[in-house]
Amino acid sequence: MKTIFEMSRPGRRAASLPCSRVDERFCEMSQLPPELRRSEAAELPEVAEIDLVRHYTLLSRMNFGVDVGTYPLGSCTMKYNPKFTEVAARLPGFAGLHPLLPQLRRGGLLAQGALRVIYELEQLLKQITGMDAFTMQPLAGAHGELTGIMLMAAYHHDRSNQKSLVLVPDSAHGTNPASAAIAGYQVVTVPSKDGVMDPTAFKEMLNDQVAGVMMTNPNTVGLFNPYIAEIAEAAHQADALMYYDGANLNAIMGYAKPADLGFDIVHLNLHKTFGTPHGGGGPGAGPVGVVERLRDYLPISRVDMRGDGTLFLDYDHPKSIGYVAPFYGNFGVCLKAFAYILALGGEGLKEVSQDAVLAANYLRVKLGDKWQVAFDRPCMHEVVFSAEDKAAQHGVSALDVAKALIDEGFHPPTIYFPLVVKEAMMLEPTETEALENLDALVAAMGRIADKAASDPEALHAAPITTPVGRLDEVNAARHPVLQEPLET
Amino acid sequence: MSEAKKAPEGLYYTKEHEWVKLEGDLAVVGLTDFAQDQLGDITYVELPEVEAEVEQMGEMCVVESVKTAADVYAPLSGVVAEVNSALEDAPELINQDCYGAGWLVKLSGFDQAELDNLMDAAAYVQLMAEGE
Amino acid sequence: MRFTPHTPEDRAAMLAALGLGSVDELFAVIPEPLRARSWDLPPGMSEPEVSQYLAKLAGLNAQNLVCFLGGGFYDHHIPAAVDALISRGEFYTAYTPYQAEMSQGILQSIFEYQSAVCRLTGLDAANASLYDGGTALYEAAMMTVRKTKRKKLIVCTSVSPIYRIMLKSYTINLHLELVEADVSDPAALEKLLDQDTAGLILQNPDFFGVLHDYAPHFEAVHKVKGLGILGCNPIALAVAKTPAQMGADIAVGEGQPLGLPLSFGGPYLGFMAVREALLRTMPGRIVGRTHDGQGRVGYCLTLQTREQHIRREKATSNICSNEALCALAAVIFLGLMGKQGLVELAELNMTQAAYARERLTSIDGVEPVDQGPWFNEFRVRLPIDARVAVSRMIDKGIAAGFPLGRYYPDQSNNLLVAVTEKRSKEEIGYLAEGLEAVL
Repeated sequence: MKTIFEMSRPGRRAASLPCSRVDERFCEMSQLPPELRRSEAAELPEVAEIDLVRHYTLLSRMNFGVDVGTYPLGSCTMKYNPKFTEVAARLPGFAGLHPLLPQLRRGGLLAQGALRVIYELEQLLKQITGMDAFTMQPLAGAHGELTGIMLMAAYHHDRSNQKSLVLVPDSAHGTNPASAAIAGYQVVTVPSKDGVMDPTAFKEMLNDQVAGVMMTNPNTVGLFNPYIAEIAEAAHQADALMYYDGANLNAIMGYAKPADLGFDIVHLNLHKTFGTPHGGGGPGAGPVGVVERLRDYLPISRVDMRGDGTLFLDYDHPKSIGYVAPFYGNFGVCLKAFAYILALGGEGLKEVSQDAVLAANYLRVKLGDKWQVAFDRPCMHEVVFSAEDKAAQHGVSALDVAKALIDEGFHPPTIYFPLVVKEAMMLEPTETEALENLDALVAAMGRIADKAASDPEALHAAPITTPVGRLDEVNAARHPVLQEPLET
Repeated sequence: MSEAKKAPEGLYYTKEHEWVKLEGDLAVVGLTDFAQDQLGDITYVELPEVEAEVEQMGEMCVVESVKTAADVYAPLSGVVAEVNSALEDAPELINQDCYGAGWLVKLSGFDQAELDNLMDAAAYVQLMAEGE
Repeated sequence: MRFTPHTPEDRAAMLAALGLGSVDELFAVIPEPLRARSWDLPPGMSEPEVSQYLAKLAGLNAQNLVCFLGGGFYDHHIPAAVDALISRGEFYTAYTPYQAEMSQGILQSIFEYQSAVCRLTGLDAANASLYDGGTALYEAAMMTVRKTKRKKLIVCTSVSPIYRIMLKSYTINLHLELVEADVSDPAALEKLLDQDTAGLILQNPDFFGVLHDYAPHFEAVHKVKGLGILGCNPIALAVAKTPAQMGADIAVGEGQPLGLPLSFGGPYLGFMAVREALLRTMPGRIVGRTHDGQGRVGYCLTLQTREQHIRREKATSNICSNEALCALAAVIFLGLMGKQGLVELAELNMTQAAYARERLTSIDGVEPVDQGPWFNEFRVRLPIDARVAVSRMIDKGIAAGFPLGRYYPDQSNNLLVAVTEKRSKEEIGYLAEGLEAVL
């Protein structure tokens, strides 16, 4: 499809601007002198509104979202995004609210509704996770991880601890070691045993240099680590903090809380567990919760309640790590998660985890006929298979399977993650896929398994039903073309 | 591919899959056939600066492919005398001819004694056999 | 309200396939002592009930204030087509386009966005978005540190104070030297530049709305082999000298003015563009154009080996989710404004601001602070504490501006006033009359 630039025609326009109606001289006086002015107008598109709308409408039809079909992308929790939350976020009282308003004198009174959303969401997240305090500032999950590590650093600095290491299991999501490294720590990897982080190896690697350990439970292969209590105890004895990556929270709501498992810091992915849309890659939100002894370090401002029940922004926390976001977080995203939690309530959230775990195990058993499951025991909300046997016997890789599944009308599972499983395929159906969709997915995977043996070439050629086939990614990296070339 | 091409005689090898060949007072360094095969199509090479000092088995440069980025370690301590600028436009030379036109850097000022810490072709081939 | 489709029959069928009696058996792996000790959440609500509650909360926020607040976030008109298009479920319920063949829609859109950012900034390559202008600034600063292997960052005090606080927060454990000084005068800058300077951070228009030519500053930092970062306003870029023309190596900024609602702090949009030489050290996702096996043009994520999911602890950044949907809104906004329209929009902002400036400084006791030229924001000095003046103006239904004493302790009488194309001649009149009355 042509780009919007290629559609340009000089003189076409869609812009509609109000008339100034002030005296002409104000326009003249604000003309810029040459040394401050750009030499030529930016070559932005010149199109009519109808053509622009058609362009992006047609592009949307070349895209696949949860609203289009089943999306069992492991580790991403691609559940249904409720529409009523979109309406709430667009209410003028929220959408039009300038973030500086509550920073004016008496300004808090102008934003009580918005402050209520943040405050009440915090209370709900505290209940869900068992943590004592939350910040909504982090703007994504990885951002929450970075914030969590910064909190760790502040804690140790305050205690004059000299800590330089962070431990992560070998199955960790890439953002974990990346976040720790970016915050200035050295990362050390702990091996897994039987699919979960090995408690013995962990204790051996624990020393007085370890600031903390980043884990998720269930982990990235969908398994619950039953040794978590002894791991937490060992960590705390070494004055190391336990960090919980909340990406997999969809598996345990109502059954376990990170605080009870021994974690000190938690980040949540509102765009995963709490149903806010992924937006094609963002925006997300990654609120961070902490136990009491870390409360003082949370970013400012905090939303607090006065005796008369009014809410205000509290900046008076001298040990705070400062600002990780310009204001109070991705408020629009937090609002949608708040709405979601209110709608589901306690029973509903527990049912979410029950249905998510049930669906993943259903896939484990049904797919297990023709596919090699990575760990032959009940999983939690996601299940990992390996295509290693198909690769060895028929030259069919996890990538081929994924591309073939596209032709079958499904979004593929996550592939090549976690790194600890060869030719990994991680499926997370979530709780919102109907049984017949799960069965259809199983049937499609069955057909692909059969084809792997009978006609592997067909799988190498997949996908064939999409607007483009497999793309030359090597060329894209060797000779990057990252923008529409300017017409000469 | 024959064994001879996988790990030619007369070169020294590291356990991180680099090779080094002595050419007078320069040591030519590159990636082994095993390394280029594992990496897949190389898309970019970040070569070190000329005159940079390197330490044996210290990080020297980075090689990127579509699926991964790998650190390349210096087989010997020394000073970077030359870099293979052909790799800027044609990183695929590493895939095509890793022991020849796909060389990475040439080091000067190295200590012959450090060669004792490296493997010969036979030992390297054995290491690969044990590994995967 | 529930979103799971499962009926009791569905669940029974799944349990039967597993040979289990109840779903609780699947949670047996969680030892009893570790089970949640409580689960005290309120019961769920129906859609009408939640919607009503949220509408009530929305109603508790001031909705009809005439807004002269800026500080980096502006009340611009958002054309209806923006929301209509980003509300399409194919876009907004999709994940990151790792499976390129089925995600050409968002990939091409982001490619167009990257192109637009390059054309606005004049630089060579842009990424697919970062969280916001402040984290973009931090990422840019870290790029200069990585690239030069030096430790000193010089930030002008006319750069957003909010972003400077963020930068300080992020870098506190990193053993860097962060120097905040007023370096608007190149002579002041020269005194601070040395062989340890990694990057110089400037903003145009600056936080006070003043437009500058920073070419001499970037030339100076290049002389010591450091790099230059310019924070920008994307609408001002329609008319102002570009970062590229000034010699900046990295341009960053807040994309909220490009079709994103103010939304009480987010979601926003961090944009970044760089010179060719810095491409491989640029964080975030990048979309590239390539071909498929049949020669058809297609788009895919590229240069991913810098990213966290491959590079892990050696990644250029830890960013995973970005602001893709906001970038989509931005490119749609820019397409709707168009080459000529964006220039007119910028000029209209400046015209209204010029009128407001004259009306305000005509008031007895209200003084201009800077000499200009300005974009759409300016300072005035009031004869009383600006917080008091603003508070009184709220009672008149006007958010008159931002009292700078909040972030600049020596400027408690200074007010930062932003005027966009939405502020009519009448509204500006009310602002002036109101302010005169309350002083």
